[in-house]
Amino acid sequence: MAVEQAQEPEKTIEVQNLSKIYGNFEALRDVSFEVKKGEILGFLGPNGAGKTTTMRILTGFMPPSSGTARVAGYDIFSESLKARKRIGYLPESVPLYTEMTVYDYLDFAARLRDVPHRDTAIERAMEMTNLGERADTLIGKLSKGFRQRVGIAQALVHEPEVLIMDEPTIGLDPKQIIEVRNLIKSLGGEHTVILSTHILPEVSQTCTRVLIINDGKIVAEDTPARLTARVRGAEHIFLQVAKPAPEIPSALEKVQGVLGVQAKDSATGTYEIETTLGTDRRADIATMAVQKGWGLLELRPVGMSLEEVFLKLTTEESEQVGQ
Amino acid sequence: MKNVWTITSRELQSYFVSPIAYVISALFLVAMGYLFSLILINSQDASMQSTFSNMMFLLLLLAPALTMKLLADEQRMGTIELLLTSPVNDWQVVLGKFLGSLILFAVMLVGPTLYYVLILKVFGSPDYGPILTGYLGLLLLGGSFLAVGVFTSALTQNQVIAYFAGLVILILLWIADAAGGVAGTGSIGNMVSYLAITQHYNNFFRGVIDTTDVVYALSVIAVALFLATQVLQTRRWR
Repeated sequence: MAVEQAQEPEKTIEVQNLSKIYGNFEALRDVSFEVKKGEILGFLGPNGAGKTTTMRILTGFMPPSSGTARVAGYDIFSESLKARKRIGYLPESVPLYTEMTVYDYLDFAARLRDVPHRDTAIERAMEMTNLGERADTLIGKLSKGFRQRVGIAQALVHEPEVLIMDEPTIGLDPKQIIEVRNLIKSLGGEHTVILSTHILPEVSQTCTRVLIINDGKIVAEDTPARLTARVRGAEHIFLQVAKPAPEIPSALEKVQGVLGVQAKDSATGTYEIETTLGTDRRADIATMAVQKGWGLLELRPVGMSLEEVFLKLTTEESEQVGQ
Repeated sequence: MKNVWTITSRELQSYFVSPIAYVISALFLVAMGYLFSLILINSQDASMQSTFSNMMFLLLLLAPALTMKLLADEQRMGTIELLLTSPVNDWQVVLGKFLGSLILFAVMLVGPTLYYVLILKVFGSPDYGPILTGYLGLLLLGGSFLAVGVFTSALTQNQVIAYFAGLVILILLWIADAAGGVAGTGSIGNMVSYLAITQHYNNFFRGVIDTTDVVYALSVIAVALFLATQVLQTRRWR
């Protein structure tokens, strides 16, 4: 162990030119990225983008068609067992034996990874995932949320250097989602974490870096904040008034900082206003609406959803390819 | 070996909480108890030879049922992803599962029939030699049936398909003798006959341990488990 620590690489995960082809279908095309020790990396992308494939290659479940990857200093193909011992993996469909109790299952997972003091390791993992009282419950009798936690406990039981989680918060209720996110955040620093998700807030709340994958390729890589800012280009404000009038857009455009106004639905009097990045023009707009007697009903900033960020990024990419 | 035992012990644990092991064991013991008493009453002979032959045939039908879920269910439930991403070799998974089914077979099917020997001892004076070799043959050839079942269980996610595929292979091995006879007395005929299970159990049940028979059983086990490992490995590539 001492020797390993002495030459511990700063980059816990190194992926180089990874490709995966199923028959005619290219699931991954030339994917390269690195993850530093203690980072929490989020994989974003639609279904079929290649998130699960990348994770399955990193965990040694399937080999790549070409390219290499190293996890915790070990090649995932030629030193697969050594690499696997240092990885905790939560697959998308949680691999649970429903006829086992929670404790027996975690004991099995710990024995597979050759954990020395199994009792304390299992207790620690159950404590981290709040499973304490369910030790003797059959997994088949647990709710979806608890099953997900058992899956996470299984991935943590051997205190792996690298934690790879495919959709860790799927099927959980809001309270559990927050618990799991906090758990993942607390794991960063000590462990290196990769997680995949569809949910943008999840990424901005838990991850230190985001990787957006589409069609088997990485389309963007940055911190969550910078990524959102880069994509947005402008702030968006939603406005609804009681008395819609045709002159409202042109009037609003005279407010300082407003770039454009779009009437979304003249019957309900809703408008979308674009303003320069980094400014908040809501006060000015509200003042104008009150002064002109439009009957202000609603005024709120519009956040950008994952779908919008994603669409923007993928279309940008195809435009670049087109040129 | 530690990894193999981890897999085996989990498998045994899972066998004993599911009804299938008890159902198969009950089926086997009821049928064999009936056949044993019938044979004993009709032959008035303190030997197990015909009982063993009948056991072999019954095992042909029941062994694939013991093994059908081993790998098929792991693939259907996705738990195979846990095993194949753990620091365990594929062959250790296959061997561990096979040993689990073999131990269950020995404890739940073969073990309870030992009281037949007691009955023979009470009512007659059996020759223990053939009984001992008979049990050895039962474990070896029963083991080869189970290994074939492990192989077919690796092929599919569907337990029913795994069962029938195993049954078909075992029936082919059972009737290979007749095919060997048709092929004549040349080397091809001999080779096909050698593959027949029916060629290899009689010696054990008569009280003879022939190396050919032992090698046959061990070869079937080795080939079937090797193929199961290969199937598991090619699954990774798909």
